Amino acid sequence: MSGVEKIAVRVTNIVPLNALVTRFEFKRSDGLHFPTFSGGAHVVVEMQDGEILRRNPYSLMSDPADQSQYAISVRRDDEGRGGSLFMHRSVSVGDEMLISNPVNLFALDLRARKHLMIAGGIGITPFMAQIKQLSRTNGNWELHYASRNAALASYGSELMAQHPNGVHIYYDDDKQSIALEALLKGQPLGTHLYICGPKGMINWVRDTAKKAGWPHEAIHYEEFLAPQSGKPFEVKLAQSSMVIQVGENQSLLEAIEAAGVDAPYLCRGGACGQCETAVIGYDGKFLHNDHWLTNEEKASGHKIMPCVSRFEGKTLVLDR
Amino acid sequence: MSKFQFPKAIFSRPVYTVLERRVGSHHLMVADAEGGGALLDLAKSDSGLMADAHVIYIPKHTGDTYSKPLAAFAPGQFYIGSSYEASVARLRRTLLGAHMGLQVYLAGTEGLMGQVQSEAAQAGISPESIQSEHRGSVARRMQCVHCKGITEDVTVDPFVCGHCGLNLYVRDHYSRRLAAFQGVCVNAEDPGNVPKAKELYT
Repeated sequence: MSGVEKIAVRVTNIVPLNALVTRFEFKRSDGLHFPTFSGGAHVVVEMQDGEILRRNPYSLMSDPADQSQYAISVRRDDEGRGGSLFMHRSVSVGDEMLISNPVNLFALDLRARKHLMIAGGIGITPFMAQIKQLSRTNGNWELHYASRNAALASYGSELMAQHPNGVHIYYDDDKQSIALEALLKGQPLGTHLYICGPKGMINWVRDTAKKAGWPHEAIHYEEFLAPQSGKPFEVKLAQSSMVIQVGENQSLLEAIEAAGVDAPYLCRGGACGQCETAVIGYDGKFLHNDHWLTNEEKASGHKIMPCVSRFEGKTLVLDR
Repeated sequence: MSKFQFPKAIFSRPVYTVLERRVGSHHLMVADAEGGGALLDLAKSDSGLMADAHVIYIPKHTGDTYSKPLAAFAPGQFYIGSSYEASVARLRRTLLGAHMGLQVYLAGTEGLMGQVQSEAAQAGISPESIQSEHRGSVARRMQCVHCKGITEDVTVDPFVCGHCGLNLYVRDHYSRRLAAFQGVCVNAEDPGNVPKAKELYT
């Protein structure tokens, strides 16, 4: 079975935080301890939504050293494909679910002298765990958190109360914004920059840091891409010798899995590179949505990341 | 011997490039001897660069061959050191007060570049983000793996450890932390038999 080993869990608490975000807390069904994890790690949550098996990645935001429970915070996306809506509407306390072991694609670089964190909206979640980890080791960190307003700033007041000197919050509705250039300019040598939030924010921070001479080794970011819906298409799987249909609201990876083919995956968000698949032949155009393949690889037509990318055209043959 | 093409070696061995101007708020340049020539080439490629530069230069045997023309570019700060040891306090103080956006350029001998890189790594700069260009002597800074003593400016293989007196063979195995190649006893199993010393790269 692909992906990392799974853990059976029971939902022990559901805490609505505001109009959009709800926290889900889990304990292990077998009563054992969870493994510890490193701040920034995520788990893939499996959701049996009627006929469809959904697998969505969510950052762990509980204390990485707390082995008694895991917690995630899920933002409801009314325009999305339905994973977050399923969590919000159909999951209740006491439900049994499957989650993956933690995987970290957004780890702290512990060689850094200082950790500068920039969060936008629900992008706060990985930082919740990282801040707990760094607080335990007396680490040097600073968080700049942009949110629409105070009501929607999940964990904003909790963070401000616990770390009044380390946390800075900005509200869009009050026309507040991070004075990024000045902020980056004042950072001591050995500072690493971490960004999690919407695409526009990630690009803005990365570009500004690059222009200010920050080396790319010191810039870390995480953006989980949700698979885009699109026109249905047909794919031939050469190794498995079968032809499958990819539905409008289904990702290519989900369609491959639904056909019973065991395909590798890890993040399911276009970031980790695990599901990279070779293209044997095609007649049409690729809709590459990942940030794993290089532009040259995308243009070559030899590779596709089935977790988030799609295809439009006559035929597509994959080496799977 | 000003520019030298090192033969391909094991992965551990550092590799060098040609210095290029990078975007940054400040520019720290450290060079010794013929490395001054690499800084001159860099300054000539972009004369505006030197106004924001802090140059630490150790001329060694080159007299004012490079220091004079370097001074003519009027670097923001220009320090001429009599030795690396004499300059390291200034280097550490500079790194301590530096901010992100600092670019580091190294030029000259491997021993100098390695030691500055190690200081920079301790200050939090990842070695991959530092540029270094080799110029001048191919002499190596060697650590004796037996007594841990460092012998500077080794130009022959094998050589005698300046601390414990063992005959050491010059390896490409390199320590970034110590900024030194590893020297291993060449005649441990056959004590009387020491190969004739040869100039490196001959």
